[in-house]
Amino acid sequence: MLSGRREWLTGWGRTAPTPATVTTVGSVEDVCAVLRSGAPRGVLARGLARSYGDAAQNAGGAVLDTTALDRVLDVDLATGSVEVEAGVSLDRLMTLFVPLGLFVPVTAGTRYVTVGGAIAADIHGKNHHQAGSFSRHVQWLDLLTADGQVRRIGPDRDPELFWATAGGMGLTGVVLRARVQMKPIETSRLLVDTDRTPDLDALMDLLTTTDHLYDYSVAWIDCVARGARMGRSVLTRGRFARRDELPAEHRDDPLRYSGSVRLSAPDVFPPKLLNLATVAAFNELWYRKAPKRKRGQVQSIPTFFHPLDGVGGWNHVYGPRGFVQYQFVVPFGQEDAMRTAMQRISSSGTASFLAVLKRFGDGDPGLLSFPQPGWTLALDIPVVEGLAGLLDELDELVVAAGGRIYLAKDSRVRPDLFERMYPQLDRFRAVRARIDPDGVFTSDLARRLSL
Amino acid sequence: MIDALGSVGTLLLVGGTSDIAVATARRYLRERPLRVVLAARDTPRRAAVADELRTAGATVEVVDFDADDPGSPRRMVEQATAGGDVDVAVVAFGQLGDQERLRGDADAVAGLARVNYVAPVVVGTLLAQRMRQQGHGVIVALSSVAGERARASNFVYGSTKAGMDAFYSGLADSLAGTGVCVLVVRPGFVRSKMTEGLPDAPLSTTPEAVAEAIVEGVRKGRHTVWVPGAMRGVMSALRHVPRPVFRRLPI
Repeated sequence: MLSGRREWLTGWGRTAPTPATVTTVGSVEDVCAVLRSGAPRGVLARGLARSYGDAAQNAGGAVLDTTALDRVLDVDLATGSVEVEAGVSLDRLMTLFVPLGLFVPVTAGTRYVTVGGAIAADIHGKNHHQAGSFSRHVQWLDLLTADGQVRRIGPDRDPELFWATAGGMGLTGVVLRARVQMKPIETSRLLVDTDRTPDLDALMDLLTTTDHLYDYSVAWIDCVARGARMGRSVLTRGRFARRDELPAEHRDDPLRYSGSVRLSAPDVFPPKLLNLATVAAFNELWYRKAPKRKRGQVQSIPTFFHPLDGVGGWNHVYGPRGFVQYQFVVPFGQEDAMRTAMQRISSSGTASFLAVLKRFGDGDPGLLSFPQPGWTLALDIPVVEGLAGLLDELDELVVAAGGRIYLAKDSRVRPDLFERMYPQLDRFRAVRARIDPDGVFTSDLARRLSL
Repeated sequence: MIDALGSVGTLLLVGGTSDIAVATARRYLRERPLRVVLAARDTPRRAAVADELRTAGATVEVVDFDADDPGSPRRMVEQATAGGDVDVAVVAFGQLGDQERLRGDADAVAGLARVNYVAPVVVGTLLAQRMRQQGHGVIVALSSVAGERARASNFVYGSTKAGMDAFYSGLADSLAGTGVCVLVVRPGFVRSKMTEGLPDAPLSTTPEAVAEAIVEGVRKGRHTVWVPGAMRGVMSALRHVPRPVFRRLPI
């Protein structure tokens, strides 16, 4: 008999904790057993809990810890596709398959996300402008729905349910398994070009004219600097090196990979460690230490893709009140909205030292999938007085520009504004009503926004 | 759900036409639109309040509630939570009573005890039950400084508030660890429709100030707030005034 344990859950931002009954599930039968128990407050799958807000919480209800669904079921080295259970992490996929010359098709800024979570949030990475979001590379997935059936769905079988599940934040059922198309690589090193740009316009110009030359691209951007220096940034772009491009000392073991955590952040940070002064100093240093222009630097996968994963539990530096990550996208042609948003952020005196700007390519059909062609900005902000008002204002600006915010990051959007960001929301609700008429699958996020 | 930055999705006002309840809704609406469930007797004032809050941006639902009807609390809580979770419930109903009449009318005393004590504790029990299942929520109970030390001039009212205050304070502790919080609010003399025609008391306050204290108390996860804040010190001192002196104080 499975036993659940009562736990307080939060997302990565450590805000708004709620209690739930958490059950570790290791098989389809386990998941079905929890479903059959008829929890009055519904059921939700949770992976590695890297969504920032309340997407993987279910107050008073049942939560499935899916990280024990961790088997790799099949790999086809000829075509480069793998079949895995939903709780397998991208970290594990890299450890297993990079030495065989396969990389994950899309990775977020952290590799500690499960495949199930990557599908549910339809995550994107530095290669969105070339490769789209994660679900574009999913051939099919097995979804356990509220009626207890397992349905194999994909872009070509029951596409409506598939595209409601991709980006559907776990609200259509439990993803059990998926077949994912990996990306062939000759080496585990990247050739990286770095450019420092003095302001936002220079950055956007550079990206518009040359982003198509790179597989991967992202800019760190200073959201504290004001005036003429507003939006100064460090742009890093790259691609995987071919074997013959590696310096001699790397050529012996071109696919070597190690993704270990080097140090851990202790849980003792005071609430206001990150204030405007410390963050401004950090940002200044970061900008100064970056080379003005550098070409063909060799970097490892963790250094290029997951710098923060080197510090376990870095979210603790924001102290006990936690933090919010705000990420939005505005379409091309709405550069003024991006400029205005940056101005409001920098003039608000909000201390954000992790802000990234990226240029998205075409979106995918996921009904609640976030990416759309345009500019996206993501920033971490410690929870302080007055933040709610600032972010509501930014949301209005984003909506007016035809943009939207990212559910996997959200913990506070106004429900009425959210509806205007996602024109397919009604279709999503209709699919949910068809596939889960009693609303068995639910979350704090779903209740907050009436998804 | 109350979100990461403390914004409220659904507000239930029990005794939804009281000045403090309406001021609380207005105060929240200054920040964001939200869903408001008004539980009150079916009166023209209820309709007027519903209209006013709608104009201010709220999605308003109306539910019948009569503190004098023993079956009403259960029906009210069922209906008020049918449309989704309640994030913050304000228990704001009560009567002052006419002390002169109460002195010699046992039925009137029983009536006031029903409205000011029995109904609030029944409502509190039902709301707590429901919110325990939700795993989240805040109950705000409107107590009064009059319950801190009963005075000859309004001891019946004071005793009912002392009782409900003790109930909600204990309820708060019994809910520790469930995700549900209770905020007990102790205002001084509030200039409102309940106190119309009465002379002003020292440190008197307004429904708007009480609303401000409620919103801030909920946001900060407080268990008790006094309005104005200075009341806390005053009542603490008054508690220790010798009885012969206390009896002669002009309060």
